[in-house]
Amino acid sequence: MTSLGILAAEMTNTEVWVTNSFFLAIAAVSILAALKMVTTDNVVHAALYLLIVLAAVAAVYVILGAEFAAATQILVYIGAIMVLLLFGVMLTRAQIGSETDLDHDQKWIGALISVVLAAVMGYSLWEAFSDAKLPDNRVPQGTEAVADSIFGIYIVPFEAISVLLLAALIGAVVVARRD
Amino acid sequence: MISMLLAAEFAWWQTTAFKLVMAIVAVLIPAGTTVYLYLFKMVSFMQSRLGPMEAGPYGSMQLLAELGKNLQKEDIFPLKADRAVFALAPYVVLMSTFLLAVVIPFGPDAAFTNIDVGVYLALAVSSVSVIGILMAGWASASKYSLLGGLRAAGQLIAYELPLILAVVGVVIQAGTLNLQGIIAAQNQQEIFGWGAIGNPYILTQFVGFMIFMIAVQAELTQVPFDMPIAESELVSGYMTEYSGFRFLMFFIGEFATANIFAFLASVLFLGGWSVPPFVTDLLGIAWDSNWMNFIGPLVMLTKMLLLTFIIYWVRFTYPRFREDQLQKFAWKFLIPLSLLNIFATGVLKVVF
Repeated sequence: MTSLGILAAEMTNTEVWVTNSFFLAIAAVSILAALKMVTTDNVVHAALYLLIVLAAVAAVYVILGAEFAAATQILVYIGAIMVLLLFGVMLTRAQIGSETDLDHDQKWIGALISVVLAAVMGYSLWEAFSDAKLPDNRVPQGTEAVADSIFGIYIVPFEAISVLLLAALIGAVVVARRD
Repeated sequence: MISMLLAAEFAWWQTTAFKLVMAIVAVLIPAGTTVYLYLFKMVSFMQSRLGPMEAGPYGSMQLLAELGKNLQKEDIFPLKADRAVFALAPYVVLMSTFLLAVVIPFGPDAAFTNIDVGVYLALAVSSVSVIGILMAGWASASKYSLLGGLRAAGQLIAYELPLILAVVGVVIQAGTLNLQGIIAAQNQQEIFGWGAIGNPYILTQFVGFMIFMIAVQAELTQVPFDMPIAESELVSGYMTEYSGFRFLMFFIGEFATANIFAFLASVLFLGGWSVPPFVTDLLGIAWDSNWMNFIGPLVMLTKMLLLTFIIYWVRFTYPRFREDQLQKFAWKFLIPLSLLNIFATGVLKVVF
């Protein structure tokens, strides 16, 4: 049971069983959707499959008790980024049915690189955290704890990211205006 | 009898099944009520006519007639439509409505969930409906639908920002994102040492309340913000090609979401299920006593009916914005105003 990353000393057997089966279902859905996303022959379908993957990640956050991260995932990735992506795709090329020019000559090299990348990242995660255990009395992460750590020990990276985003925002306006 | 009922222990699957049924009740019953009261009757009286009168006394069974009519209609797919996406789109819109409903508390214990990030999650899942609208607009293979879908997406992105920023003022004052915590704060806080009615944030966050209600009106694509379904130019926008049950789902989604947003506004600005402290003092019960689990839903329903009345009143009174006016209003007026509101709230929070 613990190999799934869901450790539950406090949970009853039924709860462990339910949590683990939900995790397995979500993982299966997200892997299938990710595969369909790269193999589908329609841009909008690819975007919608990507949306399923992102929603599945949010669901995994909920299982881990990170509610704030889950809500942020929904708000930022599904509510903003995917909407903008679909918006852009539909404004430019929103053909219904299969498209022929979505294939690429170098897809096998791309596949090789992504397999290597997945292997390296998976191996390093496995090496670093395979025997790490979640705390026994795991409760959902409170918003106060998140806020305290953002504005406490992580204040410098937080401010740096804010300035970076502001710069990107101004840059986008400058590029878009052209006058 | 009641204490026995309250003391009973239920297994998790029993409470889950009960909550599932109650979620459907909490979404559909208020939707039916407001559609009959406001969309059928109030607008008729405002236009000097009677509205539905034939089905049942005063046409009160009209909704069942509409339901029957829509259920027996043919489920039409346009010839060139993307069938799977076309079929799924109404479900996505309705899913967003139900996800919104689960965070609303109706009493101290009468809530589907009591999660720490309550209002933040509500605002996050409300944006899922845009995906459904874009799917519907694209998959219909119709110019009107696509234009309507794109307009809807542009509008919802623009008005989501003031919606979220208006809530930040409330969150600063309450000091929590939890909806039960926000209700408790409104009940327990005082306005300059006067605590007979608590501190409903409609009084101390009036600017935030106005921005929230305007943004809600736009999020629901109700008149005067109904460019996405402007019937004189786009037939009915992203819903043009839908018929029968799928159209009904869009219809339910639209009006049920109006109610859920009204529920959310009454939690954020009107004190939610709680009644003013002087009333509970008079009755001699604690503000979050067990009785509030029975009174709370009725209080919430009353506040929701008041707020939806305003939504429909505006809907039937004002003419439509032009697309550029609509975008300018959001980006150049509402967002700066809500940022100012956050700034002022922060300063006042530190001062007092």
